[in-house]
Amino acid sequence: MTDIFASDFLVFAATIMAAILSFYLAIGRVQKQAVAADTKAHSLKQYYGFYVSLWVLVPAILLALIWMFAADPMLMSAAKVRLVAAYPKLPESFLNLKMAQLGNIAAGYITAPDAVMAAQADLLRAAQDTADRARGLTLAAVMCVGFFYAFRRVSPELRARVLCESFLRRLFFLSAVVAILTTVGIVASLLFEAVRFFREISLVDFFFGTHWSPMTALRGGEAAASDEFVAGSTGSFGMVPVMAGTLLVALIAMIVAVPIGLFSAIYTAEFASRRVRNIVKPTLEVLAGVPTVVYGFFAALTAAPFFRDLGLFVGLDVSSQSALAAGGVMGIMIIPFISSLSDDVITAVPQSLRDGAYGLGSTRGETIIRVVLPAAFPGLVGAFLLAISRAIGETMIVVMAAGVAANMTINPLESVTTVTVQIVMLLTGDNEFDSVKTLSAFALGITLFVITLLLNIAALTASRRLGQRYD
Amino acid sequence: MTDQAEMIKQQAMTEDRFAKIAQGLKKRHAKSRRLKAYGIMAIVTAIGFLAILLTTIIGNGYTAIQQAELQIALTIPADKLQNDNGGIDPDKARKFNWNGLIKKAFRAEFPEVTAMLDQRALGDLLSKNAGYDLRRQIEAQGVIPAAGTKLWIKTSDDVDMLMKGRLDRNIDQSQRRLSDQQIGWVDHLVADDRIRLVFNKTFFTAADSREPESAGILGATVGSAMALFVTVLLALPLAVMAAVYLEYFAPPGRMTDFIEVNINNLAAVPSIVFGLLGLAVFLGFFGMPRSAPLVGGMVLALMTLPTIIIATRASIRAVPTSIRDAALGLGASRMQAAIDHVLPLAAPGILTGTIIGIAQALGETAPLIMIGMVAFIVDVPASLTDPATALPVQIYIWSDSAERAFYERSSLAIMVLLAFLITMNISAVLLRRKFEKKW
Amino acid sequence: MDTNTDSANLVKIQGENVNVFYGAKQALNNVSIAIQDRSVTAFIGPSGCGKSTFLRCFNRMNDVIPNCRVEGSIIMGDVDVNSPQIDPVLLRARIGMVFQKPNPFPKTIFENVAYGPRIHGLAQNKTELQDMVEDSLKKAGLWGEVADRLNDQATGLSGGQQQRLCIARAIAVGPDVLLMDEPCSALDPIATSVIEELISELQQRFTILIVTHSMQQAARVSQKTAYFHLGTLVEYGDTKDVFTRPQNEQTEAYISGKIG
Repeated sequence: MTDIFASDFLVFAATIMAAILSFYLAIGRVQKQAVAADTKAHSLKQYYGFYVSLWVLVPAILLALIWMFAADPMLMSAAKVRLVAAYPKLPESFLNLKMAQLGNIAAGYITAPDAVMAAQADLLRAAQDTADRARGLTLAAVMCVGFFYAFRRVSPELRARVLCESFLRRLFFLSAVVAILTTVGIVASLLFEAVRFFREISLVDFFFGTHWSPMTALRGGEAAASDEFVAGSTGSFGMVPVMAGTLLVALIAMIVAVPIGLFSAIYTAEFASRRVRNIVKPTLEVLAGVPTVVYGFFAALTAAPFFRDLGLFVGLDVSSQSALAAGGVMGIMIIPFISSLSDDVITAVPQSLRDGAYGLGSTRGETIIRVVLPAAFPGLVGAFLLAISRAIGETMIVVMAAGVAANMTINPLESVTTVTVQIVMLLTGDNEFDSVKTLSAFALGITLFVITLLLNIAALTASRRLGQRYD
Repeated sequence: MTDQAEMIKQQAMTEDRFAKIAQGLKKRHAKSRRLKAYGIMAIVTAIGFLAILLTTIIGNGYTAIQQAELQIALTIPADKLQNDNGGIDPDKARKFNWNGLIKKAFRAEFPEVTAMLDQRALGDLLSKNAGYDLRRQIEAQGVIPAAGTKLWIKTSDDVDMLMKGRLDRNIDQSQRRLSDQQIGWVDHLVADDRIRLVFNKTFFTAADSREPESAGILGATVGSAMALFVTVLLALPLAVMAAVYLEYFAPPGRMTDFIEVNINNLAAVPSIVFGLLGLAVFLGFFGMPRSAPLVGGMVLALMTLPTIIIATRASIRAVPTSIRDAALGLGASRMQAAIDHVLPLAAPGILTGTIIGIAQALGETAPLIMIGMVAFIVDVPASLTDPATALPVQIYIWSDSAERAFYERSSLAIMVLLAFLITMNISAVLLRRKFEKKW
Repeated sequence: MDTNTDSANLVKIQGENVNVFYGAKQALNNVSIAIQDRSVTAFIGPSGCGKSTFLRCFNRMNDVIPNCRVEGSIIMGDVDVNSPQIDPVLLRARIGMVFQKPNPFPKTIFENVAYGPRIHGLAQNKTELQDMVEDSLKKAGLWGEVADRLNDQATGLSGGQQQRLCIARAIAVGPDVLLMDEPCSALDPIATSVIEELISELQQRFTILIVTHSMQQAARVSQKTAYFHLGTLVEYGDTKDVFTRPQNEQTEAYISGKIG
């Protein structure tokens, strides 16, 4: 028998209907009261409706959200306790597998393999049903309380519009705060997992170690599951070669992007007619709109083989996952960053400086190189720093075209790995969430976040100095 | 006199100096011209890269729009499949050995092939899912075709590549996926007109598969659409509310500065960090289902939020203050002025910014990989919590495969993705042009 | 239109039938004028009358403006410098310019003044360059104030100092003619009088054309004055005469403050 209170859909529908009903009831009440007292209501009638329905809806929504996030973990931990009682000798990792299995049986995706699991699943299902019913009842209660509280306060003197608007303002404020919450969320979650990592591996080993091989992470499966029982096989977690690889690829990318981007910007900002500029600038922007997975595809399946074949032709040994291919294509992706930002910065240099230079008998080239570019320099530095930040944080191109093994080299023809590649490799595949190797991904993650944050701040500071020169 | 002589000397020095300057002019102007030339070369190179990128992908992908199939005369035993009413019994259909039937019928058309190895080679010309496809087709039709009807059966991906000219006949047989013998059979079929290339409907109607000829992008596209739906649902209201707050209600002070700093910073955080956030918080802490478009949409919403906030703020600022002042002057509250008067006028700009933000989100791959939308999913997702993949992730998965046919299909998938992006960006630009009012 | 034909004074530079167009709009109407050597000639007139536009014709600065077209001749020493064969770069080495708002480069004081000699290759070695910089700063009356801080940023100077720096910068190239486009309009009265004194000194070495919106300034510094109105040269003559006995009633109206 489908419990009215247990069904998700019915509860949702009932909530909506309750809100609509209270809306019209409130309007009716205030209109009646206004007529009875022979006065006008403070606000337009719909605001009274909104006032009461908000008092019905908002507490209900908050409760529903809390329930949604809190109920499942609570049910699961209770189920886990029962499971431990049923299988007292089971080690931790197998216990988690059994929990997952239990969830699937209870949801009806698979059938129970034995009677014990079937019984456990029944218990879990019963608990879930009770919880759902409790949820429905609580929601109904909360909505009633909210309704009566608000309904009683409805009167012509009630400044309904003001109350509604201050609610909206607070809601808007909370929306803006989401940005802070996101940053806090990022820092907190990364830090939390990274701290767990640093309990096993020392900070010095991680930041200054020159050997990176969480080898066991790349085996996966059963070998990974049994890792925690084998002492000393945790692999080495020195991130210096990984960072070196990241910097090598970023360097190659900048070598490609900076000349092309800067000279393009000089042309569009100083030489091109308005018509040419209006065609060239958007065309270069197209390069920025191409998804990075497409660049990665191109790098792995066209550029890398091309460089390899070219190398064979010339007699050099070029890896099929060379830093050159990955970095080169990444450079193409970064061109519009540099050209667009540089163009803006160069155009922002005041015309009076150019006039001064021309007045002294400078050629166009001299004006640009000796006066305009030096004046734009802080802004250009800001643009370059942002581009480097982008190159370091880029994922798909390197995941698809760069290597997986750490290699500390400056030879672009060799294969290297980067921070982002390691994060992806460590967290995809069949790895247990808690092991040291998966936690190392978070350590890498927070390092990456901090580095890009610092670069972004540096970029902002550099371009701010541009504004200071013309006062 | 000396004054005059002095003047003449000065004059001579001046002329001397200008003669020297005149001499150096050629080089200086040449430098200017070189700078201009470098600029043009740089632009041409950049556009050249774009052209190479697009031509290689289109060149590799356009053939995926077709799929090879060959004709076999089949006799399907109705007695083994029909139920009592004359319709097709699903259980019987499931248990029947369709592949066997097809292979046997195919071998019958090449009676000269007798050795077991050769016969297997012959069977390899067909798609491994041919039986499954045939069963689906018959079940959909509801009737069993007459005995000996010639039906079109999909070929294997190797034959598909051969038909499209992407299998190099000239390299040594041991390096090829098809032997000389097999190529001979295909040529035979070509001569008999029993093999053809048709529109690759599967690509657009199927989800992922192990066999390239049965693989399609429908699952991934639906997954992307669902995720983006969630993204817009979450990001647009939040962004507009946040932007209105920052523009009209935020008191100047540290809190407001802090919020703005956060927004600007989030816009530059690498996308993979958002993936880690989703993994640790949504999947780990909240226990949400892995690989679900719901979670993917939430992560993408957080990524797109700063973009839409910035665009919305710009649109709000573009509305002249006179409009807001007029509303306030007539007695509207700040909230009413913002919602009833300014927002409708800022709406086109907000819409444009949202479309551009969604276009960026459509191309994002790394965060979706981190939250698990990178598994091998064979079904088209039916709800927001079903495991799914997304279009860019599908491209990533296929690009890893060794089969040439997957390379071709990823290229076509990229073309589809780019087509979506171009459409979205063009509509954003057109929208902006149409509603751009000159105040 | 009035030309002073005193044979004792050389004509340094002259404009003949100069017309200037911004797109379709005509800014200057058939202007002809002969400028005396080593004199200060003031261009006066109400806003928008074309005096700055005409000033910029002399060193072809209008070439820098995209839509601008200059017709007619600007003759200096038998050569029409407005013709396409003449390289503006060379011309601007002979005719220097100082702008309305001081525009020192964001470089050191030394580098600002050294810029001209550097690009034109006027100094053979470092010592020569230093001498040239010192000489120019002295001629601009700024040496005393900056001699000990040549390596400071030029943007740190006061408005008046920056403008004198710009004058030094222009002089360093060694021109014969100096064009000054309202050089004091952004400066306070004290700085203005310093520059006006400087102009009187510079006049002994250079031919100076100065655009000014202040009649009093024109009266103070110039020997010749040209009055422009709506793109036409209305009157040109000795400053004394133009201000006390203007021959044209438009000139008279401007001078007495009825218009402008």
